[in-house]
Amino acid sequence: MATATFKIWRGERGGGGYQDYTTEVTEGMVVLDAVHQIQAADANDLSVRWNCKAGKCGSCSAEINGKPRLMCMTRLNTLDLNGPVTVEPMKTFPHVKDLVTDVSWNYKVKEGIKKFKSDPNRAWNAQQADVDRPQEFRKCIECFLCQDVCHVLREHGLHDEFIGPRFFVYSAALEMNPFDSDDRLADLKDTQGIGYCNITKCCTQVCPEEIKITDNAIIPLKERVVDEFYDPLGKLFKIFR
Amino acid sequence: MSDYQTFEHDVLVIGAGGAGLSAAVKASAAGVKVAVVSKSLLGKAHTVMAEGGMAAAMGNVDDRDNWKVHFADTMRGGQYLNNWRMAQLHAQEAPDRVRELEQWGAIFDRTKEGKILQRNFGGHRYPRLAHVGDRTGLEMIRTLQDHGIHQGIDFHMEVTILTLLMDAGRVVGAFGYDRERGRFRIFRANAIILATGGIGRAYKITSNSWEYTADGHALAYRAGAELLDMEFVQFHPTGMVWPPSVRGILVTEGVRGEGGVLRNKDGKRFMFEDIPANYKGQTADNEEEGWRYTQGDKEARRPPELLTRDHVARCIQREVREGRGSPHGGVFLDIAWIKERIPNAPDHIKRKLPSMYHQFKQLGDIDITKEAMEVGPTTHYMMGGVKVDAESQMSKVPGLFAAGECGAGLHGANRLGGNSLSDLLVFGHRAGQFAAKWAKEHTGGSVNNAQVEEAAREALAPFDREGGESPYAVHHDLQDLMQNLVGIVRVQKEMEQAVEGLQKLRARAEKVHVHGNREYNNGWHMAMDLPNMIEASEMIARSAIERKESRGAHFRDDFPDKTAEGASFNSIIKRGSNGEQVLERVPVTEMTAELKQIIEEMK
Ligand SMILES: Cc1cc2nc3c(=O)[nH]c(=O)nc-3n(C[C@H](O)[C@H](O)[C@H](O)COP(=O)(O)OP(=O)(O)OC[C@H]3O[C@@H](n4cnc5c(N)ncnc54)[C@H](O)[C@@H]3O)c2cc1C
Ligand code: SF4
Ligand code: SF4
Ligand code: FES
Repeated sequence: MATATFKIWRGERGGGGYQDYTTEVTEGMVVLDAVHQIQAADANDLSVRWNCKAGKCGSCSAEINGKPRLMCMTRLNTLDLNGPVTVEPMKTFPHVKDLVTDVSWNYKVKEGIKKFKSDPNRAWNAQQADVDRPQEFRKCIECFLCQDVCHVLREHGLHDEFIGPRFFVYSAALEMNPFDSDDRLADLKDTQGIGYCNITKCCTQVCPEEIKITDNAIIPLKERVVDEFYDPLGKLFKIFR
Repeated sequence: MSDYQTFEHDVLVIGAGGAGLSAAVKASAAGVKVAVVSKSLLGKAHTVMAEGGMAAAMGNVDDRDNWKVHFADTMRGGQYLNNWRMAQLHAQEAPDRVRELEQWGAIFDRTKEGKILQRNFGGHRYPRLAHVGDRTGLEMIRTLQDHGIHQGIDFHMEVTILTLLMDAGRVVGAFGYDRERGRFRIFRANAIILATGGIGRAYKITSNSWEYTADGHALAYRAGAELLDMEFVQFHPTGMVWPPSVRGILVTEGVRGEGGVLRNKDGKRFMFEDIPANYKGQTADNEEEGWRYTQGDKEARRPPELLTRDHVARCIQREVREGRGSPHGGVFLDIAWIKERIPNAPDHIKRKLPSMYHQFKQLGDIDITKEAMEVGPTTHYMMGGVKVDAESQMSKVPGLFAAGECGAGLHGANRLGGNSLSDLLVFGHRAGQFAAKWAKEHTGGSVNNAQVEEAAREALAPFDREGGESPYAVHHDLQDLMQNLVGIVRVQKEMEQAVEGLQKLRARAEKVHVHGNREYNNGWHMAMDLPNMIEASEMIARSAIERKESRGAHFRDDFPDKTAEGASFNSIIKRGSNGEQVLERVPVTEMTAELKQIIEEMK
């Protein structure tokens, strides 16, 4: 019987430590399976979030061997099982218990972003090519792994001034939605901190939906902000267009 | 009054999937105070997993489509046990509800003319499913969520309701706990909408998440509501079977829609061997014609792989039972073969089925553009649920409404793919409107302290039962029992065994012990979910025993044919005076002449 050892963070509200559990490994297992096996056999009260077990809901985010990932999409055969596998909660959000963190900040941030507002003068008609880009952004499953990895939040803790990559993606989806008529550029610049992003692309690297967060969402938004506020010629051009 | 935190609202919605969110938005728009509670975080409910699309006869792709065709398709799929009024309202109102989603920010795939694109699906005569690739549920839930958070609704995330609070026969609130701290909460409300989804966790092989523990079914039952059509559990024919850890995860019908075929271990397309008589005329009798159908040839008939879900699931099970299955106990689903027919097949497959490609590659080490998948039936959807009034969605219990998968009536004996998402919108909308109206007209009523204290005591009991077994062990055995004894193919003796076994499980569930404290304690949560799953399981078994025929999703080896008697009734379960389940048959009501004529014309 093949086994592997998992170092799982146990404890409440920031406290606690790693605890080692050894469990049987069978073909095709993912980290979430291992956590569930351990929960059923040795640690009934182990806290973990999950729903779909297929990478569709974004509930099971954690840091596996230090990397932000979905537990349900991380196959054990892609990890080195000779040593222990560490599984710990996301660091950027307040800890609740074991693998669960308090991600409510994200929900609050979203409420502060102007919602979709339809353009009364536009027919509900659009070509596929015109919706491809916002559809890419709407693939987001709100796993918040990009928020977890972004240094502006993780290291600098600027949660009050910076909405994070997830919400740049969200804003970009609205800004590029052909049916939307609102303008979010001033907010992005003034209160949502798009200027803090220095395009490290760490967010893009962890996105399980493979959304090109930096290239396709953040950079175009930054360009629009520049056009709108810092480029008088561009602005003039816009007015007369 | 107990000193638990109490929240006051006019309407309380239990569940934040498509049905719950639709209902909340509508109720709130009607000017009442609304709260939504859900076991998970917002946006994570089961609805997020839906893939194929939502059915609405908009006629964007084929202008022969209209509500009458959709109505007739739904009734045929449900083998005429559907509540025909619900089927009519659903077919008539779905297009407006889909357009409303667009007006709230959803971005559907487009036709060349720039309209909402619609695709083919099993049992729908014309391309009817509005969709976004193979992630339609995500689009739906995100749109409702992003719209809903600006409507002045109070959201209580990660709160589980344990009991409905009653006063003189009507609901006046609900009692539950927050998962994070394990603290109890009281919700006062004049009207309550159940939108809790399904029961799939009672089975071992299932496409459903941990949330599907039949809570709404059990809450309604204990409050005195009637549960309808509980024998009808849909087993989707194609779930993953290998590796073991992904067993049950859904493989969308879209694979077969795009030309995927089913083969047994001898390479034979076994579906051609068993085409039910009433579908012979509509089904291809050779491989060539079937292929042409999947490529959009309007003259060709559908391949037998696209027969109704119940039938395909049983054929797969037969192949496996008779020793012609794949190595891991399924059959082969092959889409890679289309490379014989079209150039650039691998790219085509990846474009049409991105999430399936991804799912098999990542979870099964299988490249579906090169190899066949192994698939087998998986528990998927609950047709049975709370019996409601077709117009208002109110149950027998005054002030208690139900919508979405936990409600019943629309789908009869078998649900068509795509008819659930549209169901959520249409009846979520109606439940929200009528609950708001009811709440305005029925204020007053008070919470019974004794009921609250009793529920709290019961909830905490598992901590004190030193020496009791683990709730996970009981759940494991429940899943085995339902899978083996009340599964796809049913017989009297096994189901009687199941009912007996369920009594024992009930007794065991009452004695489970949980460790640790009340903070985010998954074991404790499971202990509280168990009685609901067991209650619903027993309803399934009892209703299934009572229906001595085979119809739709309910197949009996000892009564393999449909009967005239079976066409004449629906089963109802309600709670007897000693807490026992009482089963009744209610006659199927006669359709209006107009609807009868539609059915005749569409035959
Ligand atoms: C993989 C998959 C693919 C599917 N694809 C399609 C498709 O393409 N087309 C289609 O039409 N249908 C599809 N379906 C079916 C469809 O997705 C579901 O039937 C539908 O989403 C159910 O929605 P709902 O609103 O009723 O419940 P859900 O979305 O499941 O929401 C239930 C809510 O109730 C809450 N809840 C439950 N119990 C409690 C409690 N005790 N206290 C508080 N809250 C509670 C949950 O937390 C959750 O928020 C699919 C299903 C699956 C599994
Ligand atoms: S690219 Fe910007 S948003 Fe993304 S991780 Fe780097 S700094 Fe953060
Ligand atoms: S953008 Fe990607 S990483 Fe960020 S929350 Fe969405 S899915 Fe997760
Ligand atoms: S459980 Fe849904 S993404 Fe992992």
